[in-house]
Formats: sequence, C-alpha cells, structure tokens
Amino acid sequence: MDKTPQTLPRQSWTFSNEVNSEIRRAAATGIYDIRGGGAKRRVPHFDDLLFLGASISRYPLEGYRERCDTSVVLGTRFAKKPIELKIPVTIAGMSFGALSAHAKEALGRGATLAGTSTTTGDGGMTNEERGHSEKLVYQYLPSRYGMNPDDLRRADAIEVVVGQGAKPGGGGMLLGQKITERVAGMRDLPIGIDQRSACRHPDWTGPDDLEIKILELREITGWEKPIYVKIGGARPYYDTALAVKAGADVVVLDGMQGGTAATQDVFIENVGQPTLACIRPAVQALHDLGMHREVQLVVSGGIRSGADMAKALALGADAVAIGTAALVALGDNDPKWEEEYRKLGTTTGAYDDWHEGRDPAGITTQDPELMKRLDPVAAGRRLRNYLNVMTLECQTIARACGKSHVHNLEPEDLCALTMEAAAMARVPLAGTDWWPGKPGF
Amino acid sequence: MQVLDLSKTDLREVNATLQAQRADTNQTEWVIENPRGSHAVAVGLDAPISVTVKGSTGYYCAGMNKLATIHVEGSAGPGVAENMMSGTVIVEGDASQYAGATGRGGLLNIKGNASSRCGISMKGIDIVVHGSIGHMSAFMAQKGNLVVLGDAGDALGDSLYEARLFVRGTVKSLGADCIEKEMRHEHLALLAELLERTGADAKPEEFRRYGSARKLYNFNIDHADAY
Repeated sequence: MDKTPQTLPRQSWTFSNEVNSEIRRAAATGIYDIRGGGAKRRVPHFDDLLFLGASISRYPLEGYRERCDTSVVLGTRFAKKPIELKIPVTIAGMSFGALSAHAKEALGRGATLAGTSTTTGDGGMTNEERGHSEKLVYQYLPSRYGMNPDDLRRADAIEVVVGQGAKPGGGGMLLGQKITERVAGMRDLPIGIDQRSACRHPDWTGPDDLEIKILELREITGWEKPIYVKIGGARPYYDTALAVKAGADVVVLDGMQGGTAATQDVFIENVGQPTLACIRPAVQALHDLGMHREVQLVVSGGIRSGADMAKALALGADAVAIGTAALVALGDNDPKWEEEYRKLGTTTGAYDDWHEGRDPAGITTQDPELMKRLDPVAAGRRLRNYLNVMTLECQTIARACGKSHVHNLEPEDLCALTMEAAAMARVPLAGTDWWPGKPGF
Repeated sequence: MQVLDLSKTDLREVNATLQAQRADTNQTEWVIENPRGSHAVAVGLDAPISVTVKGSTGYYCAGMNKLATIHVEGSAGPGVAENMMSGTVIVEGDASQYAGATGRGGLLNIKGNASSRCGISMKGIDIVVHGSIGHMSAFMAQKGNLVVLGDAGDALGDSLYEARLFVRGTVKSLGADCIEKEMRHEHLALLAELLERTGADAKPEEFRRYGSARKLYNFNIDHADAY
C-alpha cells in the first residue's frame, strides 16, 4: 500500500460547487436563471452598524413611560392631502399577478391595522386591495398595466417608478404560467404569454420630461395626491436631486437587497448598490437642496427589524418600506412547507422561484388551490404584529438614545463595525472618531 | 359656448373647470384660447363635452381622456392623448413623440404627421394618422388599431402583441416579431369604418396589414437574437 502522503481534495474558491452547478444548469438549458427576491450575496448592511446608546453626555428616556413618537407625514411639499402614517414603515409595491389576490388583501389588512400604507404594483389596482387598504399608494410604472384615471383618483398617493433596487435599469417579466384570465384582463394581454414590463416609461425620458409628467398627474388628480418617485440604488445622489427638481413630494430609494418578482439572477446580484451605501448620498442631495424633511425619503431594500428601521432613520430617512420581510410575515418560506419545498428542489429560506407560480405558501401564485392556503385575515394579523414589533424595537432603541421621536435619531448615535460600513454610512469606525473619506483626515 | 383663456386663467383653473363637468351638463361646448404650447391641457376629462383648443399644445394634451371630444387646432407636443380611455382627440397639425401612448380606448385622429413611438404600448385605442409616423411606432403595442396613410419609419411594431397596424405607404423596416399579414374582409371593414370616421381620403384596399408573429410570446432560446 502506497504510504505517500496525499493532499486533501481541494475545492476551488473561484469555481465552487455552487458556481459549477450554475454553469451546468446554463449549459443544459441555454437560458439564464430567473428568480425572485433581492441580492443574496453578503454586502455591507445595517448589521454592520451599532447604536451607541446613552451615556453621561446623552440622557435616555424611560422605556414604557416616556413618550417616543413614531408618526410621519409623507407628501408635505405640494400635495393638498399628504399621507399621515402612525408608524414610519410602509409596505413596498408588489403586483397583483406576482402575488395572489389573497396576499394583496392580507398586505392591505395588515398595513391598515398597523396604521400605515401599502402599495400596488405592476398590474394595476384590485378592488380587494383598495377595499382593505386604508391608505394605498398607486404605482405608475413603465408598463402602465391597469392604469386609468379612476384608480389614480381613488389612490391616496401616486408613486412614479423609475427604478427598483433589485434591477436598476431593468424591466420585468411575469411568466405565462401566472398570466391567468384575470391577470391578463387587467394587463390587456393574451392569457398564458410571458408578460414583459418595459424598463423605461413610454412617454417621457429624463428629468425635464418627468417634471411635466408629474404636472400632468397632479392636474388629473387636482393636486391632492402626494407624488412619490421611486429610484433604484444606482446613483442615489443625482437621482434624488433630479427627482426633487422634477417636483417629487417623496423619494423612495430602493437598494439592491430589495426584492423583485422575477428577474435574472445575474442582474439581481451584479447591478446596483447596497442599501446602506445609498442612504447618505441621497440625504446629502436633500440637504444640498435645502429639502431634507420637506421632501421625505423612504428607504427600502433589506429592512428586517426595528433596528434596521432605526438605523435607516438615523442616517436621515423619514420612513422605510418592506417587501420581502412582509411576505415572510404573511407566511413565505415557512418551515411548515419544507416537504413541498424539497419536492421543488429547494428548502425553507431558499425558495425564490416566485415566478413559477407554484409557491407552497400560496403567496406568489395564481393557482386557485395554492391560493386557498393563505388566509388573508390571519396573514394580515401576522403582518400587523410584525409591524408593531418593528415599531416597538425602533422605539426601544430611540429611547435608549434619548429621543422623543424616532426622527430625532441621527448619525451621531451610530458607529460602524467595518471600514466599509463606516465609509458608506459616514459614521465612525467603532472605537475611533474616523471614517474613510471623513473631511480633515 | 364657454371660453377659457390660458393667457388670463391658469392651467389649474382651466383643467378643474373642465374636469368638473358631468354627463348631464348643459355646457357642452368649450373653447380654450391661447394655449401657447402649455403642457397638460385638458387632461383627465370625464364627460361627453367638446373642447376646442385654439392653437398648439405642449406635452400630454388630453391625457387620460374619457368621453370628451378634444380638438386641437394646431400641433400637439409629446404624449398627446396618452392613456386615453374613450372619447375622441383630433389634432389638425402634427403630433410629436408618443402620440396615443398606452391608450386604452377612444379615437386619436392626427391630420398631419406623428413623430417616433406613435402608439407605443397602446392597449385598445384607435389611432389614425393622415401623414407619416416615425421610428419605433407601436412598440410593444398590445391592442387596438393604428392606421397610417403615409409611411412608417424604422422598426414598426417591435415586440408587438395583438394590436393591428395598417400602413398605406412604405414601411422602412419592421421590428422584432412584426410581420405583414393577410388583409381579410373583417380588416377591410374595420379600416373602412375608421377612415370614414376620421374623414381620411383613402381606400381600405390601398393598405397593408402588419401584426405579431407571436414568436416572442414565450421565451425560446432559439429566438434569443430577437430579444
């Protein structure tokens, strides 16, 4: 027997088993991988920030005894009827079509119980969603599926979608298996075809046109509705400045961890910037224009907890929006469906083939039998509970920092655990008074 | 006849006055004077009234129109009658880009030429252009009819869905998945009706019909070069 020492089998970091499996899949099918959700790669995030809390020089507020307000008003710049939310967390735009009618209803119910708004998506406004949402933001998207003046007028705000964090510069695709008769009817398309959503608006290009488009929307709705402009995390400083210049009441900023119903994996993982990297440039743009707090900033993309919310607010946001987390609260990727996830070749927590319409949890599907699995009333309550917990968590942190309103949180309350996070958030690296790029260093 | 003068009355008041009209109004005839290229003129109307605009307009004139008849006695800027639901919009002069974009219903009658992307993403509107249209017209057009008495520019009907395109003159090029199709009896009848309604001096037999080859309806790797 040969006794020569052998090296252990060595896996390549570059050509890992995961990478090789994707190469083999591509070679077998000839098409890129499409999936739902946001970036899964590890990027600098809110986990890389910590609050400092109170000290001799900072006076904390008593938990459960002293008030810490959470209300926020969106659309104070031009709209006659701004939106008042009890909590600074909203539900991001997700389409009927990508989601089932029950899921959309549950989002409306949960948001309403918690005192906040929800948002339509690419596919128009359903009566279920409008009926169960006390405050509903109507998205104005490049596809204009389902767009009509009556729904514009029965919305509480209008969100002009320019970009999305999961795919800045990209359109969308709803595969044919989810284009049922109702979905097709709302989108004026044949049943069963792959429905493409354009990547840019059909009737305007650039900020000067956008200003006129916003004027038109205001004229159609009597200047009542707040106009949001949603941008993907590409060039947050300039996009925020241009949105403000175009007349936005609210800027919605979505980083690369923000989800999508269906996009190429290569796009999701390789285009756009992490949410953490986008906030300070956007806030800087608002400051430079003298518009911070006059034009509200809503941040989305990977918000999971009251801590994330508090950190986004401390960096200058007025509110946050959640999408993926809201779906998890409804029941997405629940371990109780593990057996069915395995049949689909995946596992709890990793299921992201939302575009295929076979969601065991009955959320990202139009299959009538699967849809029945989601009780919109119970799911709405779960979302309400989750939103309430987020708010309580945020208040807990804010009180510890001595703030009587969560909007009083500020960058000075934070430190960073990594150089990258310090540079992006422009807060000191823990244990120092320095961050990369800090003026004077 | 009610007159609204945009040199004396601001846009908000003009639009609010027109938007306030209801189906049973007695004030059915309106004139807008001195538009001077103003944007968003007569948008969001929702009553069977008649509005004559005495001059040329800027962006989005008659946007999201329902029921009203809006007659522009001049040329119209980008996005005229965008997302129109119903009613009629007539442009005596030329129309700029995106005429009738995403329109869901009604009739857009352009007496002159229309620029690029005419009928882009149209969803049920009928558009008749007495002159020629620019490139990328009817891009991703879903439903409705686009009739062109003159010529069409490059990439007509690119990524077309179920809209029907009729061109009397030349087509510089067809876009991806757009092909010439047989002109059947029902198409001739449809054309005859649209030509009559718009006062167009043309015969249905002079047109060619274009539509979707439907090869891009479901992704097929063998058609990847068309995407």
